[in-house]
Order: sequence, then structure tokens, then C-alpha cells
Amino acid sequence: MRASSLLLYAVVALILAWLVIPIVIIVPMSFSSARFLTFPPPSWSLRWYEAYLDSAAWMQATRVSLIVAVSSAVLATIFGTAAAYALNMTSSKLVRSLQLVLLLPLVVPIVITAVGVFLVYAQVGLLASMTGLILANTMLGLPYVITSVLVGLRKFDHTQEMVSRSLGMNRLRTFFIVTLPQIRPSVISGLLFAFISAMDETVVSLFISGGEYQTLTKRMFTALRDEIDPTIAAISSLLTAVSFIMLMLVAINARGSKRRTEKAG
Amino acid sequence: MTISIASPSDSHERSEQRLMLLLLAPALLVVGALLIVPLGWLAWQSIWQDGGFTIVNYQRFLTDSVYWMTFLQTFRIAFVVTLATVLLGYPVAYVAAGLPQRWSMIVLALVLLPFWTSVLVRAYAWLILLQRTGIVNSALKSAGLIDSPLLLVNNEFGTVLATIHILLPFMVLPLYATMKKIPQELVMAGSSLGGSPLHVFLRVFLPLSLPGMIAGMVLVFVLTLGFYITPELLGGGRTYMVSMLVSRNIQVYNEWGAASSISVVLMICVFLVFKLASLLIPFERIIGTR
Repeated sequence: MRASSLLLYAVVALILAWLVIPIVIIVPMSFSSARFLTFPPPSWSLRWYEAYLDSAAWMQATRVSLIVAVSSAVLATIFGTAAAYALNMTSSKLVRSLQLVLLLPLVVPIVITAVGVFLVYAQVGLLASMTGLILANTMLGLPYVITSVLVGLRKFDHTQEMVSRSLGMNRLRTFFIVTLPQIRPSVISGLLFAFISAMDETVVSLFISGGEYQTLTKRMFTALRDEIDPTIAAISSLLTAVSFIMLMLVAINARGSKRRTEKAG
Repeated sequence: MTISIASPSDSHERSEQRLMLLLLAPALLVVGALLIVPLGWLAWQSIWQDGGFTIVNYQRFLTDSVYWMTFLQTFRIAFVVTLATVLLGYPVAYVAAGLPQRWSMIVLALVLLPFWTSVLVRAYAWLILLQRTGIVNSALKSAGLIDSPLLLVNNEFGTVLATIHILLPFMVLPLYATMKKIPQELVMAGSSLGGSPLHVFLRVFLPLSLPGMIAGMVLVFVLTLGFYITPELLGGGRTYMVSMLVSRNIQVYNEWGAASSISVVLMICVFLVFKLASLLIPFERIIGTR
């Protein structure tokens, strides 16, 4: 029993190492002074970070990605929270089945989505535009917001809304003053999920972004296909740092919400 | 009494329903315009060409071996990846669910970090680890295990390894969520009734963890069917998956009819997998854990 559980722990530790080491190893590589990636690096330098910061093309792509990720996450959060609220309030079969439609972006293989969005954008002239990128990423972020907010709403006691409205507050004010503060953690985690998913989105960008509106991921993908440029190690380390920060934010946000519910209970 | 003209509560209900539809409208518009309409468009385009009905795009599945070989390879890879993620993910989730809170949080954080890291970053990591002059090859060489570098990347091996790496968290997370809900008393009852640890695991714990396992398997399988970035970057052109068939037909050959029919068939495969799984567990459960 003792030996077998030790063996189990050892196996799991190995699997976890296999999961994490490939990502972590990029960080020392990004500080390498070598033209080609060798491990361990012969000496340390910041040249690849400088190469990234000095490149107008990489900077422009980073700007595009950040603007797209922030705007689409905000839009997805507004649209998704409204939709989740409606889905939670109605018992009508028709409306409930619309929930499945809104979750479709998670289910459709991303290449098919990309081809579809390309078809539509080619007709309405949204190819290689900021608006086009933002709208597509809003669509892709919606399911994350909707599932997250629905979880929050299920825990929320709706009699509070009725009380507030019977005391004469209108529906909109009730939502913002009574409901939203209590479901805020799930709204925020939906927002963070939508942001990360938009930051990471690559396939749709490959089809619809172009010209001056190319995302960071599209540039990275093209660069990776052509040659292994160490600048990407620097960008990858920065992106991993962003993911790490997001993960911390989600954890802090979840812990905050737990403490609040504990206090309330 | 029996004549009912719209009573106040009826009209209230109707205005309530209108409000709910209004709240749903923006989300539905975005998904409708950018996903539902294009899916219908693709389906239509696959059977209607040059002003006439045609099945030529589907006939290719029977006649052109590239088509069904690609589907075959994609399904084979999806099976391998699903099996591997179950074998690797189950022990991780099991240990995480059994550990005290603090330790299980650490294990989960180690699973979530890759989950949150860009797929491109991870493809890049595997490229620099596995290339001919990469860390793995040079380590094996200095250990005296190999004389010439192994071909670890730009083939199916590299693709499958990186795909398992990317999808493992999709297996661990639903498994962990399910295992966490298994009451400890049931396991203790099993062993107090004289079951050996293995017996209790097989008869009590494993069956109760099955819903999470099925959810994870469906997610991993379906996601692998649609994988694009990883095989494109790590397959070296030798590992050809369905998604690449779609994108090549558009970006290289400008063959929209072909791309549409492949998309339709892939979509049908995905829905069949979900349909089959929904016989065992509800659809929301699969999606909800993602």
C-alpha cells in the first residue's frame, strides 16, 4: 500500500513535470545571447527582447492583439451577461434551446469557423479590419462568459430582485445595484477567459487578418513556419507571463468570491 | 368567466418574454451572423455549384484517396490522443482529488498553467526541445544512448506528443471536478466492508468517476478532430489532418466546393460524437467543464 502510493505520486510528479517543463524552458532560452537556440545558453543577453521591442512590425501586431482582446472581451462580457441573465430567467423551451446555439462556438472546429467568418467578411468588406477581428473574437468569447455567468446566477437568490422591484426600483437599476455586485466574480472570470481566448486566437486570424491589422499570433505562426527565430522565445516568455498573471487574477477573484459567500452564509 | 381576453398577467408574461429575447438579441446576432449563417452557406455551397445541384464534392470522398486517408489519419490520431490523455490524466486527477487542499491546489495550478499558455508558445517549446539539435537529442547523445539524432519532430510523433500536451488539461479538469464530488464515506464504506484497495477502487471509485472521464474523452476527441495549429507546425507536412485539408483547399487551390464538403463531413463527425456521448451524459456537462 505504502509503496504503491509512493509509486503513484512519483508517476504523477513526472507527468506534471512533463506538462510544465516545456513551457518553463523557454524563459532561459529567451535570455540567450546565441543566434541559434542551444541549451544551456552560452551567455545571457537581452538581445531578443530588444529585437522584439525595436521591431515596428512586432509592436504593431502586439497593439492590434491587445486592442482586439480587450474590446472583444468587453463586448462578449456585456452581450454574454445579458444573454445569461435572460437564459436564467426564462423557463420557456424555445429560449432554453437558444442556449445550445450560443455555446456552438465552442463545438464547431475552429478551421470551419474561420472559413465561415472569412466567407461572410469577404461579402461585407470586413477582411483585414479591426472591426472584423473584434466581432469574430466577441463571438468566440461569448460561450466562456455565458457559462461562467450562468454558474454565478444559479447561486444568486432571485427573491432579492423581486423585493427590490416591489420597493419601486426599476429592472435596470435592480440589476446594477442588487444583482451585478453579487455575481461580479463570475462576470470577471468570464471576462478574463474571453480576454485570454482572444489573445491566443490564431486560426481565425490566419484567415481574416492582414495588412496593418495582423495579430501577434498570426505573425508568430508565420514566423514559426518559416524559421525558428529566437525573438519568438522572448515573445513567448512575455505571453506566458501574461497567462500566469491571468491565472493569478482568476485565483484571487475566485478566492474573493468564496470568502464573500462564506461571509454571507 | 370563460371568455379570456388577454388578462393582465398574460400581457405581463408576453412583455417579459420580449424583454428576455431583447437581452439575448446581441449575442444571438453575433453567433448567427458569424457562425450559423456561414455553416448553412458552406453546406449549400457544397451541393450547389455553377447554378446547379451537384454531388461531385462528396463523390471525391469515395474516389480520392487523399480525402479518406486524411480522415482516417485524423481519427487514428484522435483515438491515440484520447487514450493517452485518459492514461496520463486519470492518475493526476486522482492524486489531486485525494490530496489535502493546499497540495491539490498546487497540482491544479501546474495543470492550469499550460492550459492558459498559448498553443503557439507550446508548439514552439516542443520545436526547440525536439529538433535535431534540440535539448532532448543532445541529452540522449551525451548520455551515450544514441549516435545520430532521432527524428522527433516534423512527423506524426511530434504532432501526437504536442497534441497530448495541449489537451491533457481538458481531461484532468472534468475528471478532477467529478472525483471531488465522490463522497469519501462511500470509499471508506467499501473498505470497511472488507474490500481490498484495488477492489474498492474498481467497484466504487472508478464507476463514480466515469461521467467526468466521458466528458474529458469527448472534449479531447472532438478537439483533436479539429486540430490545426499543432499538426501544421509540428507535422512537417507529413502529418496531414482534416483541418489542413480544409485550409489548403481554400488558401492554395481556391477550391471552395471541396473545402465546403470536407467541412460538412467534419461537422457531421463532431455532432455524431456529441450525440453518442449525450446518450451517456448531458451535453451541458461536457461543455460546462471546458
